[in-house]
Amino acid sequence: MSIFSPQLNTRFDELLKRYPVPRSAMVPMLLYAQDELGYLTPEAIREIAARLDESELAVHEVIGYYSMLRTKPAGRFHVQVCTNISCLLRGGEEIFEHCKQRLGVNNHGVTPDGLFSLEEVECIGACSWAPAVQVNYDFHENLTVAKLDQVLDKYRTGGVQ
Amino acid sequence: MADTEKLVTFTVNDRKLAAPAGTLLIEACKTANVEVPSFCYYPNLSLQAACRMCLVEIEKMPKLQTACTVLVAEGMVVQTESEPVRKARKSALEFILTNHPLDCPVCDAGGECELQDMTFRYGAAESRFVEIKQHRDEQQWSPVVYFDRPRCILCYRCVRVCGEGMDVWALGVGNRGVSSVIIPNKQDHLECEECGMCIDICPVGALTSGAYRYKTRPWEMKHVANVCTFCGDGCKTTLGIRNDEIVRGDNRDKSGINGDFLCIKGRYGFDFTQHKDRLRQPLVRVDGVLKPVSWAFALQTVARRFQETQAAGRPIGVLGSTRTVNEENYQLQKFARRVLQTNHIDHHRTADFPALYDALAGKHSPVPLAASEDLKTAKAVFLIGSDPTNEHPLLAWNLRWGYRLNKTRLYLLNSQPIKLRRQAFRAAIVPAGSEGQAIRFLNGGGAVKATLSQTAGPDDKRWPQTPASRPEATQETLGDFRERLQKESDVIIVFGAELRGDDIHELVKFGSSLPGTTRYIALADNANSHGAADMGLYPDLLPGYTPVADVAARQRFESLWGGAIPSAPGMDAGDILGTAGKGELGALYVVGSNPFRHHPVDPAALRTTFVVVQDLFLTETAKQADVVLPALSAYEKQGTLTNTCGEVQLQKGGALFEGAKTDLEILHTLAGLLGHKWAAPDADEIFTEIRGNVKGYNVSLVQVLAGSSALSMSVNGPVPHQHALTQIQPNRDSLFTAGSLGRYSTALNAILEKRLRAEKV
Ligand code: SF4
Ligand code: SF4
Ligand code: SF4
Ligand code: FES
Ligand code: FES
Repeated sequence: MSIFSPQLNTRFDELLKRYPVPRSAMVPMLLYAQDELGYLTPEAIREIAARLDESELAVHEVIGYYSMLRTKPAGRFHVQVCTNISCLLRGGEEIFEHCKQRLGVNNHGVTPDGLFSLEEVECIGACSWAPAVQVNYDFHENLTVAKLDQVLDKYRTGGVQ
Repeated sequence: MADTEKLVTFTVNDRKLAAPAGTLLIEACKTANVEVPSFCYYPNLSLQAACRMCLVEIEKMPKLQTACTVLVAEGMVVQTESEPVRKARKSALEFILTNHPLDCPVCDAGGECELQDMTFRYGAAESRFVEIKQHRDEQQWSPVVYFDRPRCILCYRCVRVCGEGMDVWALGVGNRGVSSVIIPNKQDHLECEECGMCIDICPVGALTSGAYRYKTRPWEMKHVANVCTFCGDGCKTTLGIRNDEIVRGDNRDKSGINGDFLCIKGRYGFDFTQHKDRLRQPLVRVDGVLKPVSWAFALQTVARRFQETQAAGRPIGVLGSTRTVNEENYQLQKFARRVLQTNHIDHHRTADFPALYDALAGKHSPVPLAASEDLKTAKAVFLIGSDPTNEHPLLAWNLRWGYRLNKTRLYLLNSQPIKLRRQAFRAAIVPAGSEGQAIRFLNGGGAVKATLSQTAGPDDKRWPQTPASRPEATQETLGDFRERLQKESDVIIVFGAELRGDDIHELVKFGSSLPGTTRYIALADNANSHGAADMGLYPDLLPGYTPVADVAARQRFESLWGGAIPSAPGMDAGDILGTAGKGELGALYVVGSNPFRHHPVDPAALRTTFVVVQDLFLTETAKQADVVLPALSAYEKQGTLTNTCGEVQLQKGGALFEGAKTDLEILHTLAGLLGHKWAAPDADEIFTEIRGNVKGYNVSLVQVLAGSSALSMSVNGPVPHQHALTQIQPNRDSLFTAGSLGRYSTALNAILEKRLRAEKV
């Protein structure tokens, strides 16, 4: 029995057709699996390894390499604050510090209600609109501390997603 | 692989050099005695270029180059000692040392650490790095493997040797960049073959061994070359001996037939020598109980009882060992035949050598036997039966080597999908017991159903682990197997105990029909199984497979041994034990063997049988003995051993054990007590006698004494040998068992216990 939804399994089938070597599909498979499950559970790792005919260790190597792949649950809203050069110059660090205060967690922390998690990240490709924050797959740009509070509030009241 | 035909010329440090095209610059320099330091480069593993220690200057190239990845080219001009190179080396070391702890005073690798040596030689005395070093506590990954993360210099040798060399793939790299770390396959522990290759290949003290860690220093030990006493492959294990006790085993000097390979048994199994149950004093049964006695009393008792048994005309059976050295085996059968006047002598047989030598009669040249190393370069290997990964770890390593580096095509015929199928070119899975029939099919007769799995060929390095759903193939597919195999030339045929007697004749018939020179390896299980067979531990065969019934041969040995020996073939092991079970055996002399473990004999039936057991431990057999004589182990004596391929190697001993004696000394003393004037027990003298008188053993003395191997060749002529094929009983050992002996190794037991616990969870 697969632990993934039928839709995801269909997606995997299609992915696997795209590459000459099955293990090339590992990164997208992991990413989609993480989207569905929230994080990469031991069962998910086992199943993906088996589908690719790779060892679980090989899957762990890839997960360890990419910081966007995680083996621990994140919050429902994963707040990723960029503090790389452009954002840094335009107040990224303050944004990050403020997030810590507001959410009451440190880097990689999850709020007790499981709603938010926080992560300091490298450039997310939104330099032109720095400082930027990514929440799940949504971007929030040209932020100030005040704007950030509004963003977080929206998520908290369930207005978004 | 280097193309040996074309030489290219190039210059290193103003010296003109030449090397075959395709040679790595680092290797070419090594050959020319130019030192290029390296950490991550390791011969015969994939290239890594991770450490930057091997940087050299090459003219017309804009930057320094890694000598471990550059191939020599015509006209290349290289500097290995220029100022930029010196600086780069120093920086590479400084970089590696940024997070390296100052552990040298306690680190196991201290004194034989490549990082220590390099820093001493090329390094900077001070570090510019002022940040706090990242510390992580030492982790235990398995009973034998420990990991000290801060010491790791990320050369990835361990990862590569475990994956490419062992085909286990148990080590990987976690994280990225500065936080990269070696990780085990089960998150916080290892589930692997526990070979310890990763530990010995580690240039620093990051991976350390449970057996050796924090025990001693390399310069406090003497390092003595020995042949591993476990399986039949005959790896050289260099024992580190301190205060007469073995503290480690390895083969880092790559001096034996095994290079740096050792499986867990050769590397860690030596601890049986210090097991608390080791016998230190002879025992004699008094009023039904085994009581410690003096050597003199025990030996006199044995001599007296043997004499009484002979006088009463009751049969004496002798069961020899597959672990004692050739000299002891030779003297044992001499003792049986000449002193005890009996041909009732046998040993635990695990391969049918007589049948092989009989089938090979007349095929002297070119030599029809393959040495273990030949498997590394064979074009094609045909492997029938056995599971070398478990039963012959060195041969399996060599087979993987051939596949990986020389594109050896491995043809596999087995009843099980053994692990080596991952290196197979063609694999035929036939029903158990039908291997012989399959060989007949190859010779053009009979029908056999085979599940034939086809692999993608030698380029596909990680063949699927579970070819579960392959269709049951018909005769045609085994036909395809045959067709391909018949096109191969210079094939090495390796076969397990699945083939015996006539099947081996069929096999040699098939082998002879192949183009080129076909060579053979018969797989036997214990360290000196082949030697025991060669030395004549058979009821009907004298040393060198000469029939005891052959008048001329017998007379030759009679004149050598100064007296008559019985001419009629004796009882084999099965009959000896059967006779004992009926209460009809007068005496049973068991040397280094434990027959009652698998063939228990009713103690009541043994009441009239005088049983002597000579061994290291109170085995199932020894428990029923009237006299138990404590013997020294293989690592405490000198002599020669013959591995399953027929390679003769020297055993140097080196360890000491109080209270026990060598089997040789015991035999010579007993012979003396029984009125035979044997010379002093000198293994060298006896080896000379063997070389002069056992056919196939006139091997080069220089070669053997120098510590390398010499292939014996007991192919002399027909070997008329009638025996029950059921006498051949393979151990079916796993990587962590070794007949009766493995049970006394703490290291092996720790692994078995760990596995049992894991199964229960
Ligand atoms: S002990 Fe052998 S099998 Fe285990 S991780 Fe090390 S190299 Fe691999
Ligand atoms: S543990 Fe040893 S062999 Fe493995 S990468 Fe680190 S230094 Fe190299
Ligand atoms: S392969 Fe055999 S001979 Fe070599 S170390 Fe292992 S048990 Fe000993
Ligand atoms: S630096 Fe923050 S988005 Fe590029
Ligand atoms: S030896 Fe060449 S880079 Fe490590």
